Amino acid sequence: MIETNDLSKQFHNFWAVEGVTVKVEPGNILALLGQNGAGKTTTVRMLTSLLKPTRGWARVAGYDVATHGNEVRASVGVLTEQHGLYTRMNAYEYLEFFGQVYSLTPQARKVRSDYLLEYFGLAEAAKRRIGEYSKGMRQKLALARALMHEPPILLLDEPTSAMDPESARLVRDEIARLKSSRRSIVMCTHNLVEAEALADTVAIIYRGRILMQGTLDELKQNILGPVEYEARLAEAWSPNGLNLPAGVTMQQVDGTRLRFQVQQPRDANPLLVGVLAEGRAPVLVFQEVPRTLEQAYLKVMTDAQEGAHAG
Amino acid sequence: MLAKLTPVLIVARRELKDQLRDWRVLFPLLVLTLVFPFLMLMIAGGVVDFVNEYGADLVIDSLVPFSILLIGFFPNTISLVVALETFVGEKERGTIEPLLSSPMQDWQIYLGKLLVGVLTPLIASYLAITLYMVMVSRLDLNMPPPGIVVQLYILTAGHAILMVSGAIVISVQSTSVKAANLLASFIIIPVAFLVQGESVLLFWGSGRILWLALVGVIVLSTLFIRMGIAHFEREYLLGREIDTLNLRWIWSTFWTFFRSGTRQDGSWHRRAVLPALRRLVMPSLVMLALLLMGGWMGYAQVTTSAPEFIDGSVRSIDDLREQVSDMPVAQGMNGVEISAPFIFLNNVRATAAMFLFGAVSFGVLGILFYMLNAGLIGGILSLFAYVGVSPWLLFSTGILPHGMFELPALLLSGAAVLHMAVALVTPQTGKSMGEVFIFLIADWAKVFIGVIVPLLLVAAVVETYVTPILLRSALNW
Repeated sequence: MIETNDLSKQFHNFWAVEGVTVKVEPGNILALLGQNGAGKTTTVRMLTSLLKPTRGWARVAGYDVATHGNEVRASVGVLTEQHGLYTRMNAYEYLEFFGQVYSLTPQARKVRSDYLLEYFGLAEAAKRRIGEYSKGMRQKLALARALMHEPPILLLDEPTSAMDPESARLVRDEIARLKSSRRSIVMCTHNLVEAEALADTVAIIYRGRILMQGTLDELKQNILGPVEYEARLAEAWSPNGLNLPAGVTMQQVDGTRLRFQVQQPRDANPLLVGVLAEGRAPVLVFQEVPRTLEQAYLKVMTDAQEGAHAG
Repeated sequence: MLAKLTPVLIVARRELKDQLRDWRVLFPLLVLTLVFPFLMLMIAGGVVDFVNEYGADLVIDSLVPFSILLIGFFPNTISLVVALETFVGEKERGTIEPLLSSPMQDWQIYLGKLLVGVLTPLIASYLAITLYMVMVSRLDLNMPPPGIVVQLYILTAGHAILMVSGAIVISVQSTSVKAANLLASFIIIPVAFLVQGESVLLFWGSGRILWLALVGVIVLSTLFIRMGIAHFEREYLLGREIDTLNLRWIWSTFWTFFRSGTRQDGSWHRRAVLPALRRLVMPSLVMLALLLMGGWMGYAQVTTSAPEFIDGSVRSIDDLREQVSDMPVAQGMNGVEISAPFIFLNNVRATAAMFLFGAVSFGVLGILFYMLNAGLIGGILSLFAYVGVSPWLLFSTGILPHGMFELPALLLSGAAVLHMAVALVTPQTGKSMGEVFIFLIADWAKVFIGVIVPLLLVAAVVETYVTPILLRSALNW
């Protein structure tokens, strides 16, 4: 598990991270979203015990990052922003080296590196110098390094950047598998579709502070307002005189589309559908209006930037 | 313990593999190892022929030890490039973060890199020296005595450790490879001077002093390694990116430490100087012991060698008076007015120099300078004792009156040097090495301005106007 409270880091007079409080249970993924320089990497470095918090605390796999650096680092697999590969080594030697660093037995090293090289499609290139690898191959190898010692905690900075769609899919599948094996994962990403697909909770970080955090549904609800539903009609139809149930408001009438905002969908939707049927509305489809994490993120960022300009 | 050393070997093995695959390291190393011994033999032959043309009586055999020293030295200089980039190079290539994110301890990473940094050039140096000695033996030249050969092999190892440990300190503290390479001259130039000094000792044939030089090299290397590990901070390795010299920051940091939060309300002595003095309590006790030891060594040395070097020319106090008549204190005793400002400035310069020498040598030169002063006092007492004057009488009338001010000033200067040396090789959490250094300079400046300078001022006045009178009456001069 990862738990932080008021985690803050100051460099000279600049607060790179301020008051970050998060909790990532085993089997959960937290996506940290934010602009470049928002404080994501600094947060990850504090969680790896590479940077000492100026204020607050963090516990990773039960160890305090400020006092048990080595234990924390032994429990964490990190995919760093830069791949950090030794280009004169080959992939096999590279994983062997990190297997030794993490005190794996020779047999475990062989099993793990064979599995990871095979899984990420690097087995054929395993004896080639890393310097000859493409960007995507390097990214996969760096991820393999982070997974080599099967850590209970994973800190992944842009895990699928620079990858082709197939490789990215492969990596996403692996992350999902790791999640199901009860690992706590923090993922920094600019890929909002990926975050939406994988994350259980999302934290949006801006200038070192978390602006919003919660599950995807909570974020959408809090940022974009109540869920909207749309009734698509077979022909133009006037909703005048429609007696809407409590907690439902009409948002938009657009020819053959009606849009409603619903406070309590579970209770109100059956009633709403009934009202539409009673009014003989020619309904073809009744569905939730899709809302993406991207919409929520962009709204938060726009509000934050406007607030910063105004302030 | 062996288990703790395993990560050191893991890091070292990887570094070694990397070096052996880098032609930019291998090529010059091979050239220096295989070609330089031939070149050295040719040059030595040429030099001997040249100087002998002008009537010198030099044989090539006498150049062999010197050549061995040089042949061992050059592969070490190439290896410096590798050592300089061990940490900062990895930082620039982005490979340092995964390594630092591993559960290895700081000292394990540090020693792993140091080990390869030392071993590679050392093996090259030893190969080159051995090759040269084989050539020397085949040319029927006289080999140096085995003792000297052993010394040369150990000295070469000492140079390698000294240079590489210094280079790695630079590598940890630098923000870029470029900056590290620029700082390399701070290693190459002093070590080049050291090699020249050792060469002189070789020609001079003083093996005992060469051993002492070797001990000095090993002590310095140990201090470098200790300092490197003490200031190895993962945070600073990752955090610092900017190379520019920030004079404004340096000054404001110094000023903050120097003032220690005081305003112009007269509390500076209480709030800034007193805490600095408290930090010097332990070093002062050590320096007091060294003062007594230096004084005793000076006294004993002069007592032993005075009959030999005085050579019968000084048998009484009057003879001595004649011999030392040009010394300031004797001038005062002879009725010639000596200048208090001269004495004051001289002492201020000496105490400042002690700190400066100490700052660039882990305190070694500063403390030697300090002990030299103590030895000088002991020597003078011994000299007077030799001509029948009680050393206690001389001390109480000729040294104590101004010494009660000057000696504490000297002792505090020495303590500040020792304190700095210890602080530099001690881990300082939350401070960069630059901050530690500025803090130490500020601490010294507080004690220097707040205590040492006033003490020296009083001492100079007493030495000018009181000591000569007391001494004259005590010695009937």
